[in-house]
Amino acid sequence: SNWPCKPTPTVRKQNKGDDSPQKKIHYSDNEIKTTKYTLLSFLPKNLFEQFHRFANVYFVFIALLNFVPVCNAFQPQLALAPVVFILSVTAIKDLWEDYRRHRSDKEINHMDCLVYSRYKHQYMERFWKEARVGDFIRLRCNEILPADVLLLSSSDPDRLVHIETATLDGETNLKQRRVVCSFLDLDCDFDPSKYNSVIECEKPNNDLARFRGYITHRSGRRDGLYKDNLLLRGCTIRNTEECVGIVIYAGHETKAMLNNNGPRYKRSKLEKQMNVDVGWCVIILLVMCLFSAIGHGLWMYQYGDKRPVFDVLSPEGAELSPVLSAIYLFLTMIIVFQVLIPVSLFVSIEIVKICQVYFIHQDQDLYDEETDSHLQCRALNITEDLGQMQYIFSDKTGTLTENKMVFRRCTVAGVEYSHDANGETILSQMTFKRFHSQSLSQLPSDLTDIIDFFIALTICNTVVVSSPNQPRQKVGTDSGPRWKIGTEGSPVLRKLRQVVGSGRSRLTGESWLTGGSGRSWLTGGSGRSWLTGGSWLTGGSGCSGCSMQTGSSGCSMQTEPGALEEGELRYEAESPDEAALVYAARAYKCSLVGRLPDQVTVELPDLGKLSFELLHTLGFDSTRKRMSVVVRHPLTDQITVYTKGADSVIMDLITLPSTDDSKGKRQRKILYKTQNYLNLYAADGLRTLCIAKKVMTKEEYAVWLRHHLEAETAIQGREELLFQSALRLEINLHLLGATGVEDRLQDGVPETIASLRKAGLQIWVLTGDKQETAINIAYACKLLEPDDEIITLNADSQVRSSHSTLTLRSFQKDYAPAYSFPPPPPSPSSSQTQSFLVHRLGLVIDGRTLAYALDSSLDEKFLQVARSCRSVLCCRSTPLQKSMVVKLVRNKLKVMTLAIGDGANDVSMIQVADVGVGISGQEGMQAVMASDFALPRFRNLQKLLLVHGHWCYSRLANMILYFFYKNAMFVALIFWYQFYCGFSGSAMIDQWYLIFFNLMFSAFPQLITGTLDKDVSSETLQELPQLYMNGQNSEEYKPYMFWMTMIDAFYQSLVCFFIPYFAYADSDVDLLTWGTPITTLALFTILIHLGLETKTWTWMNWVSITFSVGLFFTVALCYNASCPTCYSPSNPYWTMQRLLREPLFYLLCVITPVAALLPRLVRGRCVSVYESENVWDVHVCSRPHSEMLNTTGVVDLTVKC
Amino acid sequence: MGKAKANAGPLARRPDNSAFKQQRLPAWSPMLTAQTVLPFFYGMAIVCVLLGVWLLVTVQNTHELKVDYTHAGSCDKCFEKRKDRANANQSCNCTVVFNIENTFKGDVFFYYGLINFHQNLRQYMDSRDDGQMIGRNKNLKNPSYYCEPFIKDKNGLPIAPCGAVANSMFNDSFTLMYHSAAGSRVVPLFRKGITWYTDKNVKFRNPQVENKTLTLAQVFEGTGQPLYWQKPVYDLDPWDRNNNGFINEDLIVWMREAAFPNFKKLYGVLNRAIEPFTDGLPAGNYSVLISYNFPVEYFQGRKEVVLSTVSWFGGQNNFLPVAYLVTGCLILLLAVILTAVWWKFGKNGRNMKE
Repeated sequence: SNWPCKPTPTVRKQNKGDDSPQKKIHYSDNEIKTTKYTLLSFLPKNLFEQFHRFANVYFVFIALLNFVPVCNAFQPQLALAPVVFILSVTAIKDLWEDYRRHRSDKEINHMDCLVYSRYKHQYMERFWKEARVGDFIRLRCNEILPADVLLLSSSDPDRLVHIETATLDGETNLKQRRVVCSFLDLDCDFDPSKYNSVIECEKPNNDLARFRGYITHRSGRRDGLYKDNLLLRGCTIRNTEECVGIVIYAGHETKAMLNNNGPRYKRSKLEKQMNVDVGWCVIILLVMCLFSAIGHGLWMYQYGDKRPVFDVLSPEGAELSPVLSAIYLFLTMIIVFQVLIPVSLFVSIEIVKICQVYFIHQDQDLYDEETDSHLQCRALNITEDLGQMQYIFSDKTGTLTENKMVFRRCTVAGVEYSHDANGETILSQMTFKRFHSQSLSQLPSDLTDIIDFFIALTICNTVVVSSPNQPRQKVGTDSGPRWKIGTEGSPVLRKLRQVVGSGRSRLTGESWLTGGSGRSWLTGGSGRSWLTGGSWLTGGSGCSGCSMQTGSSGCSMQTEPGALEEGELRYEAESPDEAALVYAARAYKCSLVGRLPDQVTVELPDLGKLSFELLHTLGFDSTRKRMSVVVRHPLTDQITVYTKGADSVIMDLITLPSTDDSKGKRQRKILYKTQNYLNLYAADGLRTLCIAKKVMTKEEYAVWLRHHLEAETAIQGREELLFQSALRLEINLHLLGATGVEDRLQDGVPETIASLRKAGLQIWVLTGDKQETAINIAYACKLLEPDDEIITLNADSQVRSSHSTLTLRSFQKDYAPAYSFPPPPPSPSSSQTQSFLVHRLGLVIDGRTLAYALDSSLDEKFLQVARSCRSVLCCRSTPLQKSMVVKLVRNKLKVMTLAIGDGANDVSMIQVADVGVGISGQEGMQAVMASDFALPRFRNLQKLLLVHGHWCYSRLANMILYFFYKNAMFVALIFWYQFYCGFSGSAMIDQWYLIFFNLMFSAFPQLITGTLDKDVSSETLQELPQLYMNGQNSEEYKPYMFWMTMIDAFYQSLVCFFIPYFAYADSDVDLLTWGTPITTLALFTILIHLGLETKTWTWMNWVSITFSVGLFFTVALCYNASCPTCYSPSNPYWTMQRLLREPLFYLLCVITPVAALLPRLVRGRCVSVYESENVWDVHVCSRPHSEMLNTTGVVDLTVKC
Repeated sequence: MGKAKANAGPLARRPDNSAFKQQRLPAWSPMLTAQTVLPFFYGMAIVCVLLGVWLLVTVQNTHELKVDYTHAGSCDKCFEKRKDRANANQSCNCTVVFNIENTFKGDVFFYYGLINFHQNLRQYMDSRDDGQMIGRNKNLKNPSYYCEPFIKDKNGLPIAPCGAVANSMFNDSFTLMYHSAAGSRVVPLFRKGITWYTDKNVKFRNPQVENKTLTLAQVFEGTGQPLYWQKPVYDLDPWDRNNNGFINEDLIVWMREAAFPNFKKLYGVLNRAIEPFTDGLPAGNYSVLISYNFPVEYFQGRKEVVLSTVSWFGGQNNFLPVAYLVTGCLILLLAVILTAVWWKFGKNGRNMKE
């Protein structure tokens, strides 16, 4: 994935400075076009896309077949109608979507930005779309970036720009970007006309976290460009007055656009099953055609040489042999019976799914007031999968828990402190040092440890400081207030500042003195108490600080941190853990007051502000599971490394002190104690982190630095080299302490889990957390019960893990009699029942063992064990392992899996699962971007699955079956007729009715039912999660049901055919006068059938049915009155009008649907009641009273049947 | 979407709390309790049975008589003669005698019936040109390709009417004789008014020409008669000049293709203005004089003459009344069983569980 960053033709090469670039390379302009089509290309392109769907090809084939004279069945133009209809419905949908995209594109393209004009030598207002690569753009605070811009100048004295990337990754914390290093020292305003450099950079790619390139100046100097220099399109400038940049990537080549890939396409289980049955329909169709063809051949054959007078010769006058005419007939029959393959099914399903998505979107129960977010469906076509889930794989942090971290406990140098109660313990020790006024190095080691511990908490992170009063305004360092435009030289303010500054320093000292042991700020444990306790705020200068702000209205002065509103400082962290730690440190008066790229300022109680020179930041990554900062300690001037990370990793990196001297022994003791505390914290469900430090000698540092710089400047494999470099640094650490951060469970998690469990869902928790933490959370959220038997799998090697699995097997055998342990079931569907029998086992497996368990030799065993357990916890698992577990379960057990998570580490798992759910929570938007559904809260999963999932599934399953029924029933009518017309392919149903029956006459009611029908009310579904198993076992649509439906369809069509047949037998009825009543009867039967299937009737159902019937008669009457010659070869002129005058027609309309639907009415009730009998007990026990009546009524009938 | 965002506020994205969007539309769930289902079943059963009885009584009052004349009586010789196509031009007349035992009261319809004649074959049915039949001059000389291969005769003239349907037109003619004590007399039949009004007046028209003085023969000049026809289309009815050409009612009746291979088509309606037929056909001896032209031997077909009276819902057909009775009885039976079970297991659904 590395583009060589050399000036080869493949690399973007940009020449600036002179207006005529020597080599013209085409750069895309900044106009974005997310539309798929243009006016010209719409038709061919859309058709091309639609023909990727096999069904469409099939229907076009049939329509074209109709143009072949020997086998045409309908008016060829008319036969095109359904295909054209289907294609145009889809095309209109596409067109509308495209139009919406076009509109939003237009809006975006016409936003304004300031672009430097090379001719007028000033910045001009331009539309976004007019920005070109190489243009200079001036951006002001809160403006949105129109393109990917290389930062050349900033009004910020530190040459920084803060950006908010919420639109890109959803992270709301501010990120710093810095001016390209060559322009750093530019004091005055950046002048574009003097710019004279060449920028080379890599080709546009979608990696948000990477950017590389060079800038070559005319002087020949070359500087590297990094992602820190790049401002990405879509981000918002914050905290920065003004900045200037040059457009590097524009329009579609921006990283934001390259990352923008539309909704995902997945195929649901139901749809797969449906496609199988569509296949069966094709086979039925072929059988019917073959039968007719053979019948026709035989029918021809019986006449032998004597051609009957009604036998029409071929156009050439030649007699067709029976075989040949049978072959022609086969093709004809395919056309006549085409309705059997439901043309409109695919379109209808799409429409219904869009409606379902709409309703899920609109559900108020899936809306979270706190975050003002509601459910988002990102995948439009797998709604019904939600009703068929069997396994849920959940992340823990942020998914089950709030991901709002609260600092609870810490241990420093083997001594444990609780945040609430014992806060004073540490602090009193810390204040102690003030009286010694010794240099830090001479303090007792545990005291230095405490100080170092807090310093590490404060600086070993990437937290940015901001003030809430002026949201998104960067808070600077203690270099004094920074004046905005126009106030730069104001002497009054400067003077004020001096007063405040001196007052502060003086008063700080005083407060110490007055406070004696410093109790005044200790008691509250919060910064505010210190401030109020101190006297100086009431003093004159403090007041003038306040009035200064109000007085200088219009010139927004940046607050000086630490002085006036220290307690109000806010920290913006990439992860909530970091913020929790920084806030915690501040509570102990060790506050972070400012962060610059090369400097961190910390305010310590007695030492005042300390500025640490920040030499390196080695960011967090999931492999190392730690981060480090390298600083120069301002007091000792030592190169110090502070490392913070997962305890398992850090503990391994600690230098084991020698056991010889007492100090070493003490160290060992501390290590041992810390480990104990860590276990304790984890048992309390806290998230643990270890803090360690290392002091480097100048020589060590120099050696490391050399390698590190090499790594930093490397072009290829830079990430890998940096990783290695970090590994080299983070060794031989000295343990400072550990922290325990609490992550509260989200509301309703235990209830949700309990109810999902009742619904027969297996819930696995995959977390990166410690085993103890995970188990604890599992208890807290009722995933594990206190009396559950817990099997823990921790193994160091594959052999051992295999061994432990084997032991487990024997363990199972031992327990078998006691718990009636069943053998592993053969089919996944029965695994549900099994999971209920075995409810005493919980499996806990850690990441290392998981790696062995996932190995192909052991995975079967692992699965067998895991399946026998009620809950499975995988701890310390990497993102990759998470996805492998999901994949394993999905593929091996053939079950439907749902993965839910909130962070970037869950993305792979979310993508692998059948349904991926993202929680739009604290940790950015990556999970949401990858998900099919995004929820505000974990508890929303309950309604999403149990109610919407159930509804979507049952509605769609019923609709699909109904579709098959409807088409089969209709086509069979024609098939029966073949026995009376010499298998010649005649249809008594007029071609118009035949073609529009599906598309128009019977289409709307089923769409309404498919969208709105509720077989069970939302309340009942949530009260009785057991009903969800209905969908898990695919009970609404089992393979045999297709055949039952077919049999029913054939029965009904027999009734609908033969009642009119015998009623008109021996009469002088003509074909269409007999066929039109059949069409009408079929319509009535089909609609009443739907009525029987509809569980809830709203006014829309009534309207749609009335509309359908009305439409049929209107069309029939108009069609039969319009033109006596236009519809050759059939000619139904005035048929319907005449029929409506015949009593026989009405007599048929009464008796036929009744006779056709009688068995279904009776049997359907029996079956449905029989099926729901399992639930009956629960119904009676727990149902609300009003629904009781309903149930008892249903049960009545059961017995009767 | 854009609008929703416009009214920004803390709960800007909260979905509307409307019954439709929250899927809480007032709905009626049919509750199939014994109390609602049973009355419905009984009601249905009674309606069906009563209707069935009524229909049955009505059907019993209709009469129908079928006389198969394929080779009955003297028609045997004609049957033999028609086996050979070479004799097509020779006329053959025969008589079939039959007896009516009970008077056919009311309007009596005279049908001819064909057995095993597939007028509903797809290619056969399509082989016609409605444009020609409606009198379009363009189509008269230029029939539609649907008529293939009956478009041109052997002289290359366009056939009028073209197509297989018209070509195979039934061309037997009948004279019904009533033999009473007062002697034999021809039963008067209306040979017009046997078609649908819309067929006669809309779907079938003779070609329209500017010159009203032209005879029908002149209008049809330049066209050939269908292959199997003995006379041209403008000469079909020698007794009524207004019943010729495309508006010949026998042609129109024939062109309305039958639904089944065994069918009957209306030939005439009894003229009840004349004694002794004012009440219908009196009982007695009858004979039919048949001009036997239509060959049926090739398709193992049969021909018959049908005399029938009709009820308000059609001819003599017992099926519909029986269907109503059977369905009614079935529903009744089900209702009784359901009631019995309901009675036995108590009206309280809970009892069932014990």
